[in-house]
Amino acid sequence: MPEIYTRPELVCPAGTPAALRTAVDAGADAVYCGLQNETNARNFPGLNFTPAELEQALGYAHARSAKVLLAVNTFPPAGKFDMWRQAVDLAAKLGVDAMIVGDIGVADYAAKTHPDLRLHLSVQAGASSPEAIRFYCQAFGIKRVVLPRILTVAEIAELHSEIPCEIEAFIFGNIGMMAEGRCSLTNYATGLSTNMDGVCSPAADVHYQDDSEGNLTTKLGPFMIDRFTCGENAGYPTICKGRYTCSANANPYYTFEEPVSLNLSALLPDLMRAGVTALKIEGRQRSRAYVKAVVAAFRMAVDDLMAGHEPALANLLALTEGHRETQGAYRSKTWR
Amino acid sequence: MIVQERAGSVTLGPVLFNWQPEKWRDFYFRIADEAPVATVYIGETVCSKRAPLIEPYYQSVAERLTAGGKTVVFSSLSEVVSKIDRKLTEQICTADEFMVEANDGSALMYLKGRPHHVGPLMNVYNEHAVAFLVENGAKNICLPVEMPAKAVGALCDAARDLEVSIEVQVFGRQSLALSARCYHARAHGRTKDSCRFVCEEDPDGMTLTTLEGRTFLTVNGIQTLSYEYLNLVHEVPALRQMGVSRFRLSPHTLDMVGIAKIFAGVVEGKLAVDEAAALLEAMRPNAPFANGFYYGKPGYTWSSASAH
Repeated sequence: MPEIYTRPELVCPAGTPAALRTAVDAGADAVYCGLQNETNARNFPGLNFTPAELEQALGYAHARSAKVLLAVNTFPPAGKFDMWRQAVDLAAKLGVDAMIVGDIGVADYAAKTHPDLRLHLSVQAGASSPEAIRFYCQAFGIKRVVLPRILTVAEIAELHSEIPCEIEAFIFGNIGMMAEGRCSLTNYATGLSTNMDGVCSPAADVHYQDDSEGNLTTKLGPFMIDRFTCGENAGYPTICKGRYTCSANANPYYTFEEPVSLNLSALLPDLMRAGVTALKIEGRQRSRAYVKAVVAAFRMAVDDLMAGHEPALANLLALTEGHRETQGAYRSKTWR
Repeated sequence: MIVQERAGSVTLGPVLFNWQPEKWRDFYFRIADEAPVATVYIGETVCSKRAPLIEPYYQSVAERLTAGGKTVVFSSLSEVVSKIDRKLTEQICTADEFMVEANDGSALMYLKGRPHHVGPLMNVYNEHAVAFLVENGAKNICLPVEMPAKAVGALCDAARDLEVSIEVQVFGRQSLALSARCYHARAHGRTKDSCRFVCEEDPDGMTLTTLEGRTFLTVNGIQTLSYEYLNLVHEVPALRQMGVSRFRLSPHTLDMVGIAKIFAGVVEGKLAVDEAAALLEAMRPNAPFANGFYYGKPGYTWSSASAH
């Protein structure tokens, strides 16, 4: 007798209108996206939606029974709140299926001004315990929490019984090592803030240099993040994936984490059993081809599991960063 | 009370590093007896595993500080994940003896409806967040270290009519990131559970150096800090003008009593800023000062106040 699961929602990245259509066509139950400004945590050049594009995207997705979630998940500095206010008002006016919030001020404004607007708590809020999640639920009527990527599956299962809202968990993509919403490393090196400006390791501050021996060095601002010999796969320089030395390690080592991607495909049944309502794929900055491949693979995997079959996900490894993958914190506490 | 607070005072943030318990106690005893600080934050904010080490001294330290005329505030854990973290947070937030500073959302849940402080590891960037937190019971809010002056000023303007004081860190290494993983343990080939408290080897944190040999960051367990020491002594008068009333020093293995005296002199208008800056320069640890975040520049940089 195969196990009976509750059907989870597959939540997929849409960095552009084209990626949104691709994700919906590949089987996304929901897509998440942001506006072209500092109000979301992927404020990268060439990404995101104008208000008109968002409206069209909603039409496209809703006609195909897919939901659209709008990320308004950065932290407005005092004096600039209007930009976030406009984003919230737009989300309510266009009728997005939910808005993803991180800041207490934005959440409060949304809950008071648009009580019918469904709110999800962004991973940027860093709510990692039942008490913190309950606080946000009570204060702002949060309906779903996007969990930080720092909990084990066992902890997620326990948490599920202690909170009054749904759980969304990351299952695939880039894995940041720092607690989301609590990292100023980019601002420290570049003067642009992840929390306030929505950028992480901005391309304008990234430098690649070849040395005389054919090594490639990568820098963020003035700081060398890594050095690669010609045979090595050079990663994009983010501070938390760099190699440094310290008193305990005279040889350069990955101080925070190896350049790996999160891949929880093998843990899908465990996550579904743990009570996770929505499975989230990271990657709004990724190409349409990537989005198509990953969404289609997970669509098939979830459908296989629901039908009582063993899912096949081996081909996802080719899509992970540097072709290496991890289950991060989800498998065991020893990751910490 | 609030009027007096807004006159401006120096505060001492919690010790962020894993100091030997007796050293931790003696540090606060000296602060209690000699430092011109109004409020002292104590407690473990970085790692719940360290908390039992200093716990035996909480009472004697708090008593000594109170006897020295200081207000004692208990700072809560910044990242609450495990059962031990949760238990610790609950204990701190439900004890009635002291005011508590909340550093994560779970503390806010426990403190709702009771007077409390909100710490710099909570994200409070704007007037709407301030208004909500004041409604929740916040009496004092210490802003995130990366806030530029412009936003600090706008926030103070909006908070002027609220019953809340605004605090800003003005000295010490800047907390830049938190993680679930312990990087001290990782550097020594261990995990958080098997760390054997290796972080005690670095009372001001462990320096990370780039492959070019440039000093870069400081590791303190799950926390990453700047290598540079924040020093906003030049900016204290401007911050006071904006409405910031509390100026936080973050403890290091430096002469914190001497540093507190310098900042208190500037806050009270009894010591000229240039003179204070020269005194601090003479006490500077073997790392540069920085003030970049204040000017909206990279946080490691130093701008001279006169250039703005």
